[in-house]
Amino acid sequence: MVMPVFQPGDDPGTDFPMLLQRAGYGPVDLPSGTTIDTPHATTCVAVRFDNGVVMAGDRRATSGHLISHRTMEKVVQADRHSGVAIAGAAGPAIDMIRLFQVQLEYYEKVQGSALSLEGKANQLASMVRANVPAAMQGMGVVPIFAGFDVRRSIGRLWAYDMLGGRYEEREHVATGSGSLHASTVMKVGYRSDLTRDDAVELVTRSLWEAADADSATGGPDMVRGIYPVVATIDNDGWSLVGDDELGDRYRSLIEQMGGSTS
Amino acid sequence: MSMPYYVAPEQAMTDRADFARKGIAKGRALVALRYEHGIVLVAENTSQSLRKVSEIYDRIAFAGVGKYNEFDQLRVAGIRSAELTGYQYSRDDVDARGLANDYAQLLGNAFTHGMKPMEVEILVAEVGVEGSHDDQIFHIMYDGTVIDRPDTCALGGESDAISNRLSSGFAEGFSLVDAIRLGVSSLSGDGRAIPADSLEIAILERNGERRCFSRVEASEVEAALQE
Repeated sequence: MVMPVFQPGDDPGTDFPMLLQRAGYGPVDLPSGTTIDTPHATTCVAVRFDNGVVMAGDRRATSGHLISHRTMEKVVQADRHSGVAIAGAAGPAIDMIRLFQVQLEYYEKVQGSALSLEGKANQLASMVRANVPAAMQGMGVVPIFAGFDVRRSIGRLWAYDMLGGRYEEREHVATGSGSLHASTVMKVGYRSDLTRDDAVELVTRSLWEAADADSATGGPDMVRGIYPVVATIDNDGWSLVGDDELGDRYRSLIEQMGGSTS
Repeated sequence: MSMPYYVAPEQAMTDRADFARKGIAKGRALVALRYEHGIVLVAENTSQSLRKVSEIYDRIAFAGVGKYNEFDQLRVAGIRSAELTGYQYSRDDVDARGLANDYAQLLGNAFTHGMKPMEVEILVAEVGVEGSHDDQIFHIMYDGTVIDRPDTCALGGESDAISNRLSSGFAEGFSLVDAIRLGVSSLSGDGRAIPADSLEIAILERNGERRCFSRVEASEVEAALQE
């Protein structure tokens, strides 16, 4: 590969998507008026607790009435102190996350310092906006962005709309087809003094109720040992909640409901 | 119409090399050497914010001496090249050898065809996945010459003397503290002490994480230099 060197005034700076375009890997032009049936990812949630945020997402992707993936990971680490969760067309969403991860690290290395948390939220908004033409053809991507703001020592959450609108929320956010049910659970269960454990309990419960009422949201799969992806982000950074802990939480949830897990 | 004076190619190349060497010798030197967990890069740098040593990719670091704006341009080009390759293919497909070759093309081209050669010498280091036998240090000169350095490397003014001190003091399996001490004493020579706040030290460490590059804090440098 020839080294990308640019003249001053013509330099793409810290913008990796722009660099990609300049290197000849621009977005694909879709013929207008067509819609494409592609796997869709669904429910993700995030909630603030006393010193951070918890993010969670189910593992199911669907194509129409078919389950196309059982082990999709819709909640991923963006960098040390932030994460992103996605709902919508799975392919474009996965690509958007990958580009977002590269962009954050690229900015940090070229500039010599990392973007602020709000800067990262805005960066994601512009990527969602760049996807609007695809969204018009049924391939919209609606992410959640959450992280720990090390300058202010608080957890922060952002919801988006399909046009790249960006909304900071104070308590909790949800996206995807099961978001109505998940939101209701979080709205009822939210308190301003949630601990990390309370918050993990609340998101696992909210995904359970979403899966109970929405066919596109997957519940915990005890048979295969597939649980939602749940992660916490606090001052120490990103940390995945282990399947052991999630398994225990779901077993006790089922027992509370009078079911049997043995 | 006036004809340009004829200059023998040998003379033209010597002039250009002298020009580049003079520019490089003005700045402070830097060294790189292997230690038990990877590679340590030690630069003499009075600035706290203008970096000579920096991260290119997961396992790859860059260091430059000479004219700041020129090696910083090369640093950014390296990050871009690595990130483009990693995004287009896989993060596993980015390696120091490929980058060193691309840098050599760029510098060689500027040396023979440019208005003036670049007044820089750079280093590309990569820490191996398996163990120290995979570690690589490439030294790239102002004219595009690439030299593969197995253990140690010195760049910049007085690099011959520094290089001798470095290679005679080097031993396999150095601890980080020993490696920092050798690096600093090689740079300073006898009869001169470099204060800790004029040192920029970074490591590429085989630590099991994706990103191996980190900077050694001033307090750690201070502690390492104290007997």
